[in-house]
Amino acid sequence: MSMRRHGFWIGALCVLALAYGLTLAIRNEYAFFAGFIILQFIVLATAWNILGGYAGYVNFGTSAFFGIGVYTAIFLFKALGAPLLVQMAGAAVMGALLGFVTGLLTLRLHGIFFSIATVAMTIILETLVINWKYVGGATGIQVLRPPVTEPFDSYIKMLFVIGVALVIVAVALSRHVQGSWIGRGLRAIRDDETAAECTGVPTLRLKLLACSISGALMCAAGAPSAMYLQFADTTSAFNLNYSVSALAMSLIGGTSHWAGPVLGAIVLGVTQQALTVTISSELNVLVLGVMLILFVVGAPEGLLGLLRKGWARLARGGGS
Amino acid sequence: MSAPLLRVAGLSKRFGGFTALDDVSVDVAQGERFGLIGPNGSGKTTLINCVSGALRNDGGTILFAGEEISRLPAFVRTRRGIARSFQIPRPFKSMTVLENLLVAIDFGRAGHGLSADATEDEAIGILGTMGLKDKARILSSQLSQVELRKMELARAMAAKPKLLISDEAMAGLSGSEIDEVLDLLIRLNEAGITIIMIEHIMHAVMRFSQRVMCLDAGRIIAQGVPQAVMDDRRVQEAYLGA
Ligand SMILES: Nc1ncnc2c1ncn2[C@@H]1O[C@H](COP(=O)(O)OP(=O)(O)OP(=O)(O)O)[C@@H](O)[C@H]1O
Ligand SMILES: [Mg+2]
Repeated sequence: MSMRRHGFWIGALCVLALAYGLTLAIRNEYAFFAGFIILQFIVLATAWNILGGYAGYVNFGTSAFFGIGVYTAIFLFKALGAPLLVQMAGAAVMGALLGFVTGLLTLRLHGIFFSIATVAMTIILETLVINWKYVGGATGIQVLRPPVTEPFDSYIKMLFVIGVALVIVAVALSRHVQGSWIGRGLRAIRDDETAAECTGVPTLRLKLLACSISGALMCAAGAPSAMYLQFADTTSAFNLNYSVSALAMSLIGGTSHWAGPVLGAIVLGVTQQALTVTISSELNVLVLGVMLILFVVGAPEGLLGLLRKGWARLARGGGS
Repeated sequence: MSAPLLRVAGLSKRFGGFTALDDVSVDVAQGERFGLIGPNGSGKTTLINCVSGALRNDGGTILFAGEEISRLPAFVRTRRGIARSFQIPRPFKSMTVLENLLVAIDFGRAGHGLSADATEDEAIGILGTMGLKDKARILSSQLSQVELRKMELARAMAAKPKLLISDEAMAGLSGSEIDEVLDLLIRLNEAGITIIMIEHIMHAVMRFSQRVMCLDAGRIIAQGVPQAVMDDRRVQEAYLGA
């Protein structure tokens, strides 16, 4: 048990060291510029899956959390000159609160009604920020990056390493939730909420917890965006694409295990980045849509499910 | 006589304009085997839903171990000692049989303080008494109807209840299977658990119950020792639909 736990953290440290090594080895900033987007999607998909996958509550409000993360960072930066990590921590706290409050308002709804409520929440929050002049309102806001911190020599590379660290935090949380009593309770909720409640599962509390953790991670993922683009406006910060992608990446990767959303985000994220460079960014949405349909119909357990089946077949073939 | 374990007083439940329970009052004593009968749609499951917290009653009170519980969420009632099975089995179908029970132990017995291994042993033990031990690692969605009903009871038991409510656990079972489940419930009762059994199978009710209550259209039409309730003219009319 403790071996396995250490194994994960040793792996995480290696990944972090590798990320830093890459920033030293590779000159071209574009790789990190593109890589950061994929890291953001890994965090978003992982976060989405904690509520959407484990508990089965399909949240269409990822973009709301992401956008609030962006604007929490901008507010903290503009009002207090807060450094990036403080912006991210502030966004995480904001996200947990937002997750808790929206959870209280919406989690008593089930199925499609919950999903619709999360869409409504996105529209309300975006409208509020559009009318908030201090952070730029509808026209957007320019952000001047502070100088990069040692030991990094470029801001984008620093963001990339921070992105990797955030992925590690997100995966560690998701993995902990999955393996603990919280995860078992959430699965019971997904399977049959009434039976869960009558078996002693505090369904509302667990859903609120999942929604808060998920919201904190989503907001934290959004927070570095302002510094990344040196600009923010509501249209891109609250872009529906985040909601669709987080959901699609989880479903395509597989929702029952923390590795599913990571896998889905990497596969889809890399595909999208490649398409954006080679053809057009409009094609992304189409690709996402087509893949989502293919998987929902053909492989409801996602890439992970396919891998497991393939592995089982291999094992059988090798045995005979 | 000591205070009853469960006291339902003046309970009513409406669905829209339809009254499913109308002024239902009943006491169930600690350690009792209580049979609940009534024709289809008479409100048996609705009464159980109100007691377990799956539904909120509109009027009346529910006292469990002397405390009013009718405004408590279902999970709190489970933790206080009310466990139930469902008429149509509701397994956690993505989980194994064992995991289904682990949910009940981990959540239904708040603060049980057992280690992970001890929890699992406990669950296996309960599955053993239900004759489901060799199904422990099987996905619950792969169980037969009979096994599902047994798992429902096992899961309810895993929460270590004071009061166990069984909602037609024997429907669809063969004669020997009925006897098996019946023996099981009687053994649980001998171990000190109060049991309310909803059942259409009359010989099972007669053999099991110390006291029987009959509902019809949401009202109590008879209550007492089994034979007296069976012989009651209104009960016979309700069942014959006359
Ligand atoms: N959630 C609900 N919404 C609306 N009506 C309901 C609901 N649950 C039960 N009813 C109605 O309440 C009445 C009592 O139903 P209930 O399930 O309690 O009967 P029952 O005695 O358990 O019957 P059976 O022996 O068939 O299980 C029925 O007419 C049923 O249609
Ligand atoms: Mg019923």
